[in-house]
Amino acid sequence: MIRLEKRPSPSRTVGMLTPVLAVLLTMVAGSVLFAILGKNPFLAIKTIFYDPILGEFAFYYRGQLLVKAGPLILIAIGLSLGFRAGIWNIGAEGQYIIGAICGAGVGLAFYPADFWFIFPLMVLAGAAGGILWAMIPAILKTRFNTNEILVSLLLVYVAEQILASMSLGLLRNPDGAGFPGSRNLKQYEAAANNELIVGTGVHWGVVAALIAVILAYVLLNRHMLGFQIRLTGESPRAARFAGVRPRLLVVFCLGASGGLAGLAGLFEVAGPAGQISIDFNVGYGFTAIIVAFLGRLHPVGILLAGLLMALTYIGGEAAQATLGLPAAAIQAFQGMLLFFLLAVDVLTNYRIRIGRMEAA
Amino acid sequence: MTEALLTIEGLTKAYPGVVANDDVSFRIAPGEVHALLGENGAGKSTLVKMIYGLVRPDAGRMTFGGTAFEPATPHAARATGVAMVFQHFSLFEALNVAENVALGMEDPPPQRQLARRIREVSETYGLPLDPDRLVGDLSAGERQRVEIIRCLLQDPKLLIMDEPTSVLTPQEVDILFETLRKLQAEGTSILYISHKLEEIKTLCDNATILRLGKVVGECNPREESARSMAEMMVGTTLHTPSRDEKEPGEVVLDLAALSVASANPFGTSLRSIHLEVRSGEILGIGGVAGNGQDELLAALSGETPAPPEAIKFCEQEIGHLGPNARRRFGLLAAPEERLGHAAAPDMSLTENALLTGAIREQLVAGGFLRWPQAQGFAEKIIAAFDVRTPGPANAARSLSGGNLQKFVIGREILQRPACLVVNQPTWGVDASAAAAIRQALMDLAAEGAAVIVISQDLDELMEISDRFAALNEGRLSAPRAAKGLTVDEIGLMMGGAHDMEVAHVA
Amino acid sequence: MDLSSINPLVLIAALMVASTPILLAAIGELVVEKSGVLNLGVEGMMITGAICGFAVAVESGSPALGFVGAAVGGALLSLLFGVLTQYLLSNQVATGLALTLFGLGLSALMGQDYVGIKPPATGDVNFGPLADLPVLGIVLFRHDLMVYVSLAIVAGVWAFLKYSRAGLILRAVGESHDAAHALGYKVVHVRLAAIAFGGACAGLGGAYLSLIRVPQWTEGMTAGAGWIALAIVVFASWKPWRVLLGAYLFGGVTVLQLNLQAAGVAIPVEYLSMSPYIITILVLVIMSSNRGRAALAAPAALGRSFHASS
Repeated sequence: MIRLEKRPSPSRTVGMLTPVLAVLLTMVAGSVLFAILGKNPFLAIKTIFYDPILGEFAFYYRGQLLVKAGPLILIAIGLSLGFRAGIWNIGAEGQYIIGAICGAGVGLAFYPADFWFIFPLMVLAGAAGGILWAMIPAILKTRFNTNEILVSLLLVYVAEQILASMSLGLLRNPDGAGFPGSRNLKQYEAAANNELIVGTGVHWGVVAALIAVILAYVLLNRHMLGFQIRLTGESPRAARFAGVRPRLLVVFCLGASGGLAGLAGLFEVAGPAGQISIDFNVGYGFTAIIVAFLGRLHPVGILLAGLLMALTYIGGEAAQATLGLPAAAIQAFQGMLLFFLLAVDVLTNYRIRIGRMEAA
Repeated sequence: MTEALLTIEGLTKAYPGVVANDDVSFRIAPGEVHALLGENGAGKSTLVKMIYGLVRPDAGRMTFGGTAFEPATPHAARATGVAMVFQHFSLFEALNVAENVALGMEDPPPQRQLARRIREVSETYGLPLDPDRLVGDLSAGERQRVEIIRCLLQDPKLLIMDEPTSVLTPQEVDILFETLRKLQAEGTSILYISHKLEEIKTLCDNATILRLGKVVGECNPREESARSMAEMMVGTTLHTPSRDEKEPGEVVLDLAALSVASANPFGTSLRSIHLEVRSGEILGIGGVAGNGQDELLAALSGETPAPPEAIKFCEQEIGHLGPNARRRFGLLAAPEERLGHAAAPDMSLTENALLTGAIREQLVAGGFLRWPQAQGFAEKIIAAFDVRTPGPANAARSLSGGNLQKFVIGREILQRPACLVVNQPTWGVDASAAAAIRQALMDLAAEGAAVIVISQDLDELMEISDRFAALNEGRLSAPRAAKGLTVDEIGLMMGGAHDMEVAHVA
Repeated sequence: MDLSSINPLVLIAALMVASTPILLAAIGELVVEKSGVLNLGVEGMMITGAICGFAVAVESGSPALGFVGAAVGGALLSLLFGVLTQYLLSNQVATGLALTLFGLGLSALMGQDYVGIKPPATGDVNFGPLADLPVLGIVLFRHDLMVYVSLAIVAGVWAFLKYSRAGLILRAVGESHDAAHALGYKVVHVRLAAIAFGGACAGLGGAYLSLIRVPQWTEGMTAGAGWIALAIVVFASWKPWRVLLGAYLFGGVTVLQLNLQAAGVAIPVEYLSMSPYIITILVLVIMSSNRGRAALAAPAALGRSFHASS
C-alpha cells in the first residue's frame, strides 16, 4: 500500500526537480498519444523539442521562439503574482484582447501622423486597457465578494465579442475593401513594434517580458508587498494578522496581471499579428496559466517555462507541417503537461512511503 | 475480580519519529469508570483511536466482552458496543441535531422517529436538546450533549470520553458527572480521558497513567493525592511560576462599550465590552470556548475594525486602526491558532519573525525587506525562548506545538509591548513549555507591560492573573481580584449552566 | 425589425432545450460541490462529453448509445481530476483549470474526423394526445427524452440529498471532512463518487449540445457553457431546484437574444451575443453580495484538500 507522509518542511530540491520530471513524463505520455495517432513517437518528439533549436531550419524557428515566449512570459508573470496570493485571474485572454484593442485604437487614431510619442502612448493605452478590464473582477470581488475566477473567465467571452465588433466596425480598415480587420500596424512606422535585432525575434514585448521577470523577482524576494502576496497565499488568516489588507492585494494582483496581459496584447497587435482581427487571440492567456504553474510561480522558472512552452508551439507547427500531426494534439499535449506537473507536485510536501495498509 | 469488558494487552503504535504507544496494557470492568491520564502528547488520543477503529495498532491485542476485538473501522467498533464522545471534529455545523446524531449511528431510524427518541433520551438523562436546531447555533456545552446523546442512542457497553470538560462551565461539569454516574449505575463502562486531576478523583474508580506512550502507573485516584498523580504524569516536579507583588500603574488599554459583529456566521458577536488594563498587571479572561474569545482577540489585534472610541490605548482612540498601526503604539497580540493564524505553516521562522516584527524591529526599509536583520530577530527569539529547532530557515510547521508557541509568544515579548494580548497561550503545549510561557508572561508584566491572557484553563488563569473576568456569549463580566475567588463564583461569572437549571433535578 | 414574429410559447419550449446542457452540467457540479470539492473543469468535461457522445452516436447510429458514451467519457475525465485532487492532494482550482485546458485539446483531437458530419437525429417523446393540448402541449410535451431525463436528475438529486442516508453522508463530508473521517466515513471514496457523477452529468450536457441542440461537432463548441454552469451553482445557493430556475433563466436569455438577432433588432449582433455572459456576471454579483447568507449556503469544506493525518 502506498501512502503519503507529510514532510516537516517543503523540499526545495524536489520543488525544482518536479517540473523537469513532469516534462519527462509528458514526453512519455505524449509519445503514446502520438503513436496512437499513427505517428512515429520518436520523430514527433524530436521534431517538437529538438529541431526548432538545433535542426536544419533552426535559424528560422529560433526567432519564432522569442516571439511566442514573449507574451507567454509577460502574461504568466502577472498571473503568478495573483496565483501566489490565492487570487485567481483566469481571464488573461480577455485582458490581452482589450489591451490590444485599446493600444491599437490609440495608434490608429493618429493614422497617418508620424510623432515619436505614438508608440509609447499605445503601450500606455494597452496596459491601461488590460488593467481596466481586470478591474471589473477586482472591484466586484472587493465590493460584492463575487468569485473572481468566474467573472474574469466570463469576461473573456465578452472581450471576444468586443473584438469581433471592433474588427467589423469601429477599427475596420477603411481601405480594406470591406474585409474585417483593422489597418496593418506593421505598415504604419510610428505605431509598429518591429524586430529590434533582425532575425532574433526580439521586439519590445520580449524586452518587456525580461523586465517583468526581473521586477517580479525583486518584488517577491525583496519587497514587503511581495512578502504579503506570498503570506496571503500561504495563510490568509496569518496575513490579516500581519496587517495585510486583502482588498488592496486583490486590486494589485488583478491590476498587475491585467496590465501585463494588456501589454502583451498591444505588443502582439503592433508586431507579430499586425492588426486587430476576429481571430487575433490564439489562447496565449490560457497557455500562460500552464506556463505560470510549470515555472512553479517563480519568475525565473516562468522564464524557462515560457521558452519551453513556446517551443511546443513552434515544434507543434513544425510537426504539423512535416508529420501531419494535428494542431489539437499539441493543445492536448500542453494540457497533459499541467496535469503531470500537478500530480508530481505532491512530492514537494509529501514523501511517498510504501508500507502496511493504514485504516485511515 | 469480575470478568473485564475491555482488555488491552501490549498495544503498540509507532509513527515516523515517534512511538505514540509503547506496550500499553490495562483492563476495564463492566460498570467501571476508568481514567486515562496523561499530558498532551502522552499518547492518549492514539490509544483511543485504536479502540475506536480509527487507527490500527502495530502490535498487541484487545478483547471486548471476552472475545478478540480488532475493529478495522469506527463502524465495526460501534457495532461491537463502543461509543465515543470526541474532543473536537465530529459535528457538522450546517446540519441539524437529528442529522448529526444519525451520522454517528449504524442504523438510524427515519428522521421523525429519531427526533422523538432524541427528545426521550435527552429528558431521561437531563440533557435538554432540540433535534431541529442547527448545530452551528449551539453552545459548546450543547454540542457536547449532541455527541453524548448520539452515543447513548446506541446503548453502548463502553463510552469513551475525550477531555469532555474542557468545553464546560463548572456547573455543567456537575451535570455531566450526574449523567455519567447514572450510566455507570446502569452498567455502562466509561473510559474517561483527562489531564484534570480533581475531576478524576471525584469520578473515576481506576486510573491508568501514560507518559510518552508508556503506562507509568495505575492507581485508585480516590486514594492518591492530586500531587502524586501529577508527578507520575509529568515525571518531574513542576516548576511553579512566581513573581513579586506589585502595585499596578497607569491604564494602558481601555475598552468602552466595544461591540463587534462576528465575521463567522456561527461565531459570537462581542456585546458592549468594558475593560481597563493597567501597566504591570495581568488580566485573566476565562470562559468556555466559543463565547467570543477569538472575536475579542481579533478586535484587540486590529484584525476586525471597531468604532474609534471603543478602544483607547494610552488615551488615544485606536478602534479603527489596523494591526500594524496598533503595533506601532505597542499593542501586540498572539492568537490561539498557532499554525495558520499566528504563524504561516510553510514559511520559515525568519519569515514568520517578519510577520509581526516588521514594524517594531525595523525589518523593512522603504518597503524593502532587510533579510539579515529579520534572520537576526528570528535567531534572537530562538535563543531567548529556548526554541528547539535546527535554525531559522526551518518551516514553522516543523516545530512541535510547544516550541512554536514559545516562538510565537517570544516574538511578541521581544518587541517590548506596552500591552500584550494572548489567547490560549499554553493550549496543547507540554508542561515544561507551558511553565516557561507563563513565567515569561509574568516577567513581562513585572517589567511594566499590561497583559491580557484569554484562556479556557482556569487553573492557569488563577495561577498568573491579578484580576479575573469571564466571557459569556460575547459579554464580559466585571473583572474581580483573582485572589480568593471560589470555583462557584468563577462558574457563575462564566454563565453558570447554560439553560440547564430545569435539568438539575433529573 | 419584427418582434411579433417571436411566439412566447415557442420561446418557452425553446428555452427548455437551450437550458438543458447547462442544467445537466450544473446539477452534476452541485453534487460535487456538496461533497466539498470544487471542480472547475466542467467546461473540459462538457466538451469531452460532446465529442464522445457525438462519435459514439455517429459510429453506432444510436443517439442513446451516444449519451451513454458521453456520460462515460465525462466521468472518466473527471476521475483524472479525482485522482489528482483526492489521492495526490493537488490544488483543486489549478487541477480544474488543467482539466478544462486538457479537455479542450483532447476533444479537438478526437473530433478531427467528425467535423461537418450530421449526427443521427434524436426523436421527440411521443405523448400522444397530450402533445396536442393547447399551450401545455407545445411547452411541455413535445421534447426529446433528454429534457425529461435532465428534469428527473434534478428531482433525483434533490430527493437524494434531502431524504437518503447516502445523501446525508455526502453533505456531511462536504461540511467537515475531519468529522466525517472521525466517524468512520470514507471521505475520499464519497468524493470520488461525487466527482464521477458530476463528470457524467457534464458529459451528458455536452452531448446534448453536439447531438440535439446544435447538432454537429465543432471545436470549442461549449463556448463557456461549463463556466456558466459553475456560476449557476453559486446562483442556486447549492439548492437543486434553484439550479433548475437558474439554468432556465439563462436559457431564456440565450433564446431571447437569438430571437432578437433573428428579428433584426437594431442592436449589433456582438452585443446580443455577449448578453448571456454579462447577465450571468450580474446574477453572480447579486447572489454573492449577501455575504452572510452566501457563506451559510456554501459547503464549509468546499475546495479544501483532505489528508487523514492520524
